Amino acid sequence: MARIAGVDLPRNKRIEISLTYIFGVGRTSATEICEKAGIDGGTKTDQLSESEAIKIREIIESDYKVEGDLRRELTQNIKVLMDIGCYRGLRYRRNLPVRGQRTHTNARTRKGPAKSVAGKKLAPRK
Amino acid sequence: MARSLKKGPFVDPSLQKKVDRVAGASSKQVIRTWSRRSMITPDFVGMTFHVHNGKLFMPVFVTENMVGHRLGEFAPTRKFTGHATDRKVKR
Repeated sequence: MARIAGVDLPRNKRIEISLTYIFGVGRTSATEICEKAGIDGGTKTDQLSESEAIKIREIIESDYKVEGDLRRELTQNIKVLMDIGCYRGLRYRRNLPVRGQRTHTNARTRKGPAKSVAGKKLAPRK
Repeated sequence: MARSLKKGPFVDPSLQKKVDRVAGASSKQVIRTWSRRSMITPDFVGMTFHVHNGKLFMPVFVTENMVGHRLGEFAPTRKFTGHATDRKVKR
């Protein structure tokens, strides 16, 4: 059982892939980590020896920002934008798209499920 | 694509002149400007700008966190006053 950075890794996958289950580690950094630790990326996770697991843990701890720390940094950055009152901050405050997307239609990811507006005319039927 | 670092931050020359003048004067003075595209550089910190939004001049007090943003980001050009139907529902 490999437990790294507070996350359980799936045991039946290659280590290269398992590492991406950690928030903040994608394919690129997963390969980097394996390389630094001198482990073949193709090894199955449950075949890692204890010393290899420790090595990976150390590398992630020293060189990468993952999980809680990374999430905190992200929310912190958003908070700064909101506090200085710049355009992007205002968009975050109002839960609208931040990067200049259209809002006339779509933008449902940010706005949530469509709300029906009372008194709005329905499109005429053919 | 991001601007080349080699060039340094962009500040309108006319605005830079005004900033230099106010920085030398040491008295607090607002700078009125239309130059929304100018990057806020560290020497702007602590100054107040009146940034044009197309209609009015919006007061912007520059703090340290704002460095690297542009003046226009702090003077919204659109005013959203709500939908017409919202008022009907409230009544």
